[in-house]
Amino acid sequence: MRKTYLKALGALLGVALTVFIARTYHRVTTVQRGYPGLAMEVLETNVALEKRLADNKLPFALPPAPPGGALAVDTYQNVQVLGHLTTAEVTRLMTAMTLWVAPAQGCAYCHAPQRDEAGNIKRDEDGLPLADPNKLGSDELYTKQVARRMLQMTMHINQDWKNHVQDTGVTCYTCHRGQPVPPNIWFNPSGDPLANRALGGRGSQNSPSKSVGYTSLPADPFSHFLVAGADNIRVQTTTALPGSNPGNTKKTEATYGLMMHFSDSLAVNCTYCHNSNSWSSWPSSPLARGTAWYGIRMVRDLNSRYLEPLAGTFPPERLGPTGDGPKLNCATCHNQAFKPLLGQSMLKDYVVLAEAKPQPAKTVVPEPAPEPSVDNPEPAASEPAPGPPGPGSPAPGEVPAPQQP
Amino acid sequence: MAQYWNIFNQLQVATTPDLGPPIADEYNRIKFGRISKLVGWFGNAQLGPLYLGKLGVASLIFGFIAIEIIGLNMWASVNWSLREFIRQLPWLALEPPAPSNGLRLPPLNQGGWWLLAGATLSTSILLWWWRTFRRAKALGMGTHLAWAFGAAIWLYLVLGFFRPILMGSWGEAVPFGIFPHLDWTAALSIRYGNLFYNPFHALSIVFLYGSTLLFAMHGATVLALSHLGGEREVGQVVDRGTAGERGALFWRWTMGFNATFESIHRWAWWFAVLCPLTGGIGIILTGTAVDNWYLWAVKHNFATQYPASYRTGPDPATLPGADRFEVKP
Repeated sequence: MRKTYLKALGALLGVALTVFIARTYHRVTTVQRGYPGLAMEVLETNVALEKRLADNKLPFALPPAPPGGALAVDTYQNVQVLGHLTTAEVTRLMTAMTLWVAPAQGCAYCHAPQRDEAGNIKRDEDGLPLADPNKLGSDELYTKQVARRMLQMTMHINQDWKNHVQDTGVTCYTCHRGQPVPPNIWFNPSGDPLANRALGGRGSQNSPSKSVGYTSLPADPFSHFLVAGADNIRVQTTTALPGSNPGNTKKTEATYGLMMHFSDSLAVNCTYCHNSNSWSSWPSSPLARGTAWYGIRMVRDLNSRYLEPLAGTFPPERLGPTGDGPKLNCATCHNQAFKPLLGQSMLKDYVVLAEAKPQPAKTVVPEPAPEPSVDNPEPAASEPAPGPPGPGSPAPGEVPAPQQP
Repeated sequence: MAQYWNIFNQLQVATTPDLGPPIADEYNRIKFGRISKLVGWFGNAQLGPLYLGKLGVASLIFGFIAIEIIGLNMWASVNWSLREFIRQLPWLALEPPAPSNGLRLPPLNQGGWWLLAGATLSTSILLWWWRTFRRAKALGMGTHLAWAFGAAIWLYLVLGFFRPILMGSWGEAVPFGIFPHLDWTAALSIRYGNLFYNPFHALSIVFLYGSTLLFAMHGATVLALSHLGGEREVGQVVDRGTAGERGALFWRWTMGFNATFESIHRWAWWFAVLCPLTGGIGIILTGTAVDNWYLWAVKHNFATQYPASYRTGPDPATLPGADRFEVKP
């Protein structure tokens, strides 16, 4: 009797185990990328794959701007980056930027708001500030200044970093994903508060940290490796015998932490870029490693030339614990995809972002027209939701202002 | 058949505690013991006599100090929050000094505590080793156990003492911590070109896995003969039966060769001891004699280069004009 129960239980367990293994197997997609038997493969659960597809759907592309018309430099005031484009092109780009960066906040997120005589901000029926059509050229809001710099950065990436972004390129949406502040940014850490005590100092490691995939590795690879004059990432010796490499095991932990960030940011494993038998060997590394090499330098370039200098432009609530501005890393664009937006190009629909152009001089008009001069629209900016009184509905009126989606 | 598949001992002896055979030092022997049914489920039902002695007490004191230094540093590193201490415990660590410190004595909170913890833990372990040696001698036993323990201590000292000294930096030593020492292990292997290609590491793994295999073969053989008295070592002397012969024949049938009831223990002892012995040799050569094990293995035709079968490219840093991508401060 007891034996029968045991046998039944055993059979049940066997069936359950078989079903579990079979189900697990079918839930994982494996892509073999190298010589058989060497684990050069990419593993992915189907759930994660589906989520990735859903997370990386492109926003609809706005219809092309009608050709011809006046240049923005003549239509608007204070156009520093987009003056060479037609007014229609600028309007289209402003609309797209609102959609990409501040869809809930609208034009007045970056453009100066309308004020009544008492100086109170005018709002629409939803309580969102209204942009002042007569002050579109004003740099009153810091978001406007940041947005202008970010436009320049976008053009710089698409123009000068083709080694990394190729012709796929980037747009504001690559990082912003419909949010004023991109979901993945970083600040300098505030340092170890316990370093000056008698005990308990641990530098910046040995604490569960998402930045290094919840390992115990040094949790701040960014301020060491992704800024100008960064530490050397390479730690392996290129000769069999000692003598040439001052790197050490602790330094390797830092590099390893950075690699965990790469892996997490792109949702890939080590073998996406390396053959794990010899991390440093280029002849056995997949081509993606070379792309990453340029990406690392691109991030350093962008952080040091575009993001760090903006620290003085941001209000205090946008700064990190040590007063530095937000900076970018791999995850900022990649957002857990091996290629941002899974390699779909938005740039082809917004070619005006492909490169910076010299700004034409304003057309000299013989006699000043009596009509009120209108400021120019400029990019939307990077900002987090709870920030400044953001929202604004379409700039009212007749002015060629950014339009609301 | 199921009655031979037991997790707990089926028979327990319940009698007055046995104090063991007479020994030379009868004056100091501890005459205490009790019978415990719970303990009897897992092993001998008798608890005690426990001989701690001066070495044991000293070892425990040093061990306690080491654990206190490590634990209090970990607790302090989460600002004395008990909740965070429990939550983050697997990540917490006491780190060795920075490599720039070399072999100098660092400030306490920058690796000094690590040195102290290492010194007291090593003292504790060495005292315990001496104790196993002395207790074996007192019973007139061989000192196999002490030397086996010594093999493990060798690997421990290589990792935290001998190799750091040879490398000229305490920063090359292992941190005290659960995940941290594992991440350190991976980092060590990465820095020195993949320990997989270190032949002594390979030997160590052979003996590690070989030990588990031998242990399983031996344990299974004896358990499989328990209904014939195969596990009753004293009983075999008066009534041997055929358990041993059956076990021996089983292995000759299945693989043509069998260890004896004595030699199987030498197999097991040597496999176990050689695991940390060879491992320690592999570690002590890492960074001192060989800096990149993969390249060393290629050089000595020890590593196979497989075809890439995917597109590869040159090191961008070696291409003309690569320097313009570097961002200077």
